[in-house]
Amino acid sequence: MDFELMIISFPKLLNATVITLKLLSLSLFFGLFIGLIFAVLRMNKNPILNKFSYGYSYIFRGTPLLVQIFIIYFGLGQIEYLRSTVLWIILKEPYWCAIIAFALNTGAYTSEILRSAFQTIKPGFIEAGKSLGISNKIIFYKIQIPIAIRQSLPAYGNEIILMMKGTSLASTVTLMDLTGVAKYIISTTFKPIEVFIVAGSIYLFMTFVIHNLIKYLEKKYSY
Amino acid sequence: MELLAFGKTGWGDELFYATLMTLAVSVTAMLIGFFFALIFTPLKLSKYKTLNLIGNFYTTVIRGVPELLVIYLFFFGGSGAIMYVASMFGYYEYIEINAFITGSFAIGIISGAYSTEVFRGAIQSIDKGQFEASKVLGIKKHVQFYKVVLPQMLRLAIPNLSNVWQITLKDTSLISVTGLVEIMRQSYIAAGSTRDPLFFYSFAAVLYLLLTYLSMKLINRLEVKYSRGY
Repeated sequence: MDFELMIISFPKLLNATVITLKLLSLSLFFGLFIGLIFAVLRMNKNPILNKFSYGYSYIFRGTPLLVQIFIIYFGLGQIEYLRSTVLWIILKEPYWCAIIAFALNTGAYTSEILRSAFQTIKPGFIEAGKSLGISNKIIFYKIQIPIAIRQSLPAYGNEIILMMKGTSLASTVTLMDLTGVAKYIISTTFKPIEVFIVAGSIYLFMTFVIHNLIKYLEKKYSY
Repeated sequence: MELLAFGKTGWGDELFYATLMTLAVSVTAMLIGFFFALIFTPLKLSKYKTLNLIGNFYTTVIRGVPELLVIYLFFFGGSGAIMYVASMFGYYEYIEINAFITGSFAIGIISGAYSTEVFRGAIQSIDKGQFEASKVLGIKKHVQFYKVVLPQMLRLAIPNLSNVWQITLKDTSLISVTGLVEIMRQSYIAAGSTRDPLFFYSFAAVLYLLLTYLSMKLINRLEVKYSRGY
């Protein structure tokens, strides 16, 4: 056991954790919006919108995240037309490609979580709102969304942890996140176990924090 | 379509074999996972605190650390660990383990952590009365497990195990970083030499979708079979 290496690599890995957290928070932020939009589309009575939303979540949940990142990072750059548009400013950066892929991926899972949360809302709540003369819009924002958020907290907590692990794939498109730096240190020192222990502990610590945060929120919003 | 031709001109046959490789790794990993689950589920359900701790340590660490990191640990540390064990028996030559074994082992350990949780949940949700009734009837412990617990457990576990299978199948794409030629690696090679990454990665996505779709169909049939009478 090379303790010296563990101590030296700790600050480097901690530095890389900042990138991991940035990737995680940005993709969760965008993913939540995407998830909400597709969950609403999914509950729409229009069969085309409904099928479209189902297809989206089926494709993104049925393929590995790695494929999705590669299609966006390596694949989209191939389209000549895209290179001449403003979009290229974003798509040429591996950082934003990773975030787009993560956001679309977590959006698909989030839409499923939110959909099932919306469906478990008792019709009585909505009927009560209607009979009080509250408009449909306000029923949605003030009744359905708060209940759905509470219902989906446990599942969404799991999704956050899965996404945190998913950000490690950013290292495959040249980003130096926690896993990227860990791999770099392993391949230069050939001490995989030591680096694994340090990097793994940082990940476990983040899992621990997320887990407890969600638990706290669940308690706070329980009814 | 020319790109997918079989034979020397296209990548059809290469991608076909790569798909078989993905399936082979997934099945091997799933079986290794079952083996780990077989060891760690009893530990998690044990009355003894120390055994509990070992079981929880395994599932918490593996489920809290990215799959890619676990794969790097095995990829870079695998042959070192084997050589260390071999050196205790007086063998000092360089040993290289093949990418298939490293890959399936790494994914297997990950899949095992998820399977352990599924089995634990399934056993815990069997009615206590079932254990008591079989005890009262004087059924031996191992017969009780095979004839009473297992059939009920399987019914409860199959839907969740199908999730584990999906996770395992998708995780195998990550072992392309170790150089094993499965769907992802083959697409990477093909994309590199034809300069057509969009097509090949999209095709890889289609292959994965096909695999998940077909396996879901198969599992659904199993589910129907095991829930006869409910």
